[in-house]
Amino acid sequence: MKRRDFFRGVVRNATAIGLGGMLLGLIRKAKADGTVWQIDPWKCTQCGRCATQCVLEQSAVKCVHSFDMCGYCRLCTGYFEPQPNKLNTAAENQLCPTGAIFRTFVEDPYYEYKINEPLCIGCAKCVSGCTMFGNGSLHLQIRHDLCVNCNECSIARVCPPDAIHRVPVGQPYKFKSREETT
Amino acid sequence: MIGLLASPRFPPPEFTETGHQLPGFTIPLPRGPLLEHLDVVVLLAALFLAAWLTLRHRSRRGLVALGIFSVLYFGFWRKGCICSIGSIQNIAQGLADSSFGLPATVLVFGLAPLVFALLFGRVFCSAVCPHGALQDLVLIKPITVPGWLEQGLRLIPYTYLGLAMIFAATGGGYIICQYDPFVTLFRLSGSVLMVSCGIGLLALGMFVGRPYCRFLCPYGALLGLASNVSKWRVRITPDTCTQCRLCEQTCPFGAINKSTVETPSRTVTMDKWRLAAMILLLPVLIGVSGWFGGVTGKALARKHRTVNLAERIFERTGKVPDTILTTAVFRRTGASIESLYANARVVRDRYVLAGRLCGVWIALVVGGKLITLAIRRKRHDYEADQTRCIACARCFKFCPQELQRLGLPIPEGAPLMPPS
Repeated sequence: MKRRDFFRGVVRNATAIGLGGMLLGLIRKAKADGTVWQIDPWKCTQCGRCATQCVLEQSAVKCVHSFDMCGYCRLCTGYFEPQPNKLNTAAENQLCPTGAIFRTFVEDPYYEYKINEPLCIGCAKCVSGCTMFGNGSLHLQIRHDLCVNCNECSIARVCPPDAIHRVPVGQPYKFKSREETT
Repeated sequence: MIGLLASPRFPPPEFTETGHQLPGFTIPLPRGPLLEHLDVVVLLAALFLAAWLTLRHRSRRGLVALGIFSVLYFGFWRKGCICSIGSIQNIAQGLADSSFGLPATVLVFGLAPLVFALLFGRVFCSAVCPHGALQDLVLIKPITVPGWLEQGLRLIPYTYLGLAMIFAATGGGYIICQYDPFVTLFRLSGSVLMVSCGIGLLALGMFVGRPYCRFLCPYGALLGLASNVSKWRVRITPDTCTQCRLCEQTCPFGAINKSTVETPSRTVTMDKWRLAAMILLLPVLIGVSGWFGGVTGKALARKHRTVNLAERIFERTGKVPDTILTTAVFRRTGASIESLYANARVVRDRYVLAGRLCGVWIALVVGGKLITLAIRRKRHDYEADQTRCIACARCFKFCPQELQRLGLPIPEGAPLMPPS
């Protein structure tokens, strides 16, 4: 059994050296800080898969509002159905299937639109309306208090424009802002 | 780029009348790096504890407690991510793709259990891996899997490992994570298919010991190989084996090798011929399997998003309108179709290469298995199989030597050796 033990030792040390070499090769590229998943809102096509493809029961993707881009329109195409009966807050006029957007009057003729995040399911219906006919201030982001940071994001796997990628944990959001539009 | 506006359609208002202040974003932050590093510390501490419990303290009860902790912490609290099983895919992608940034946490999760396996055997599997610990906890009435079936099914993890490496290294996705049966249970949500797989495997695991670990887990296969040459090993008896056979039936995972008796010389000659045949078969097997791997790789490439998109674009251009979201979106971006085809070709070539390597790997595994089956090894004692033993410590208390060491009552008629 002596000979067998010797060979085992040789293989063991060779494997250890191999692993060490691999570690040295990788550690130079390795980042001390981790990464998290985030959507690039400029690439997003509002396909609606974020609402259904997340591993969580309630998707970690929510709509957020970039107020400095918003036109504060009275007829908001992210808030109202395409041809609303009336421009009021009645449910049949609202685009959001869960009524997660609420608006408050600021000054004539401006309204402020805010998102009630627990209600938002990330379906991007409002994002689509706002991007097509408005300023595109409503956009989707992955909320990191909900996201479990899967090794491979199951939404990213099926995202048509490949808009979801890993970002450094220090900059976990890619909010839209007015500066980027000009 | 889609959605990009040269200037806003409706200029944002000034609010001169009311002086309204614009609200900002609410920014829920991800887990801090400190907590990420805590995971690494917990992993290393659990590995050390598991090694100490199996090799030195020899306590099944301690391992069960550690297992429950692992299921709660790595499973239900951390929601199963990041885990060591999945992290080998990140490492494979990191090795293949130089631009891929690999977090240090993932690197440690992938390599630490391997290093521990080289030193102490599969202590990670025993009670640190939440998947293994969960299956260990539900095992109530183990049945013995027939030898031929066991040997056959044990080839699946190596094949799975090879396939997972193809997909990870070519950037085609992480299939180990995608088809992980237990992570859905830890998260209490997931696809119907994977939830039912998880529940099914747990139900099976009540009677067949650790079905995922033995017959599916690709990381277990890797750890088994490392454990084969480990520095220290799990020993059933703390002292000398007295051939009492009391431990023979105790392993629910079929990992105890029996002591061999002398065989007649005629069988030995037969075995030698068989061994020679198997060694000669190996190069043939490698050639065939390598070729077949290349073909399979080309087919598997269609799962990659670039290749898939290119094929769909090719099918539709000038013939069918874009009814599929991915192709419609691709056309809206206005990217060049030629460069898409070129990219797809590069990806497919990578798949073919990776497929060939995977084929060679599978041939080596199958050939190696045939050769080891043909080798008749003399064994004087009952001992735990280096590759298969997952260090659960169930067999320890069946050894009379162990009972003597602990000062517990010894079954009548059990042969004993004086402690050396």
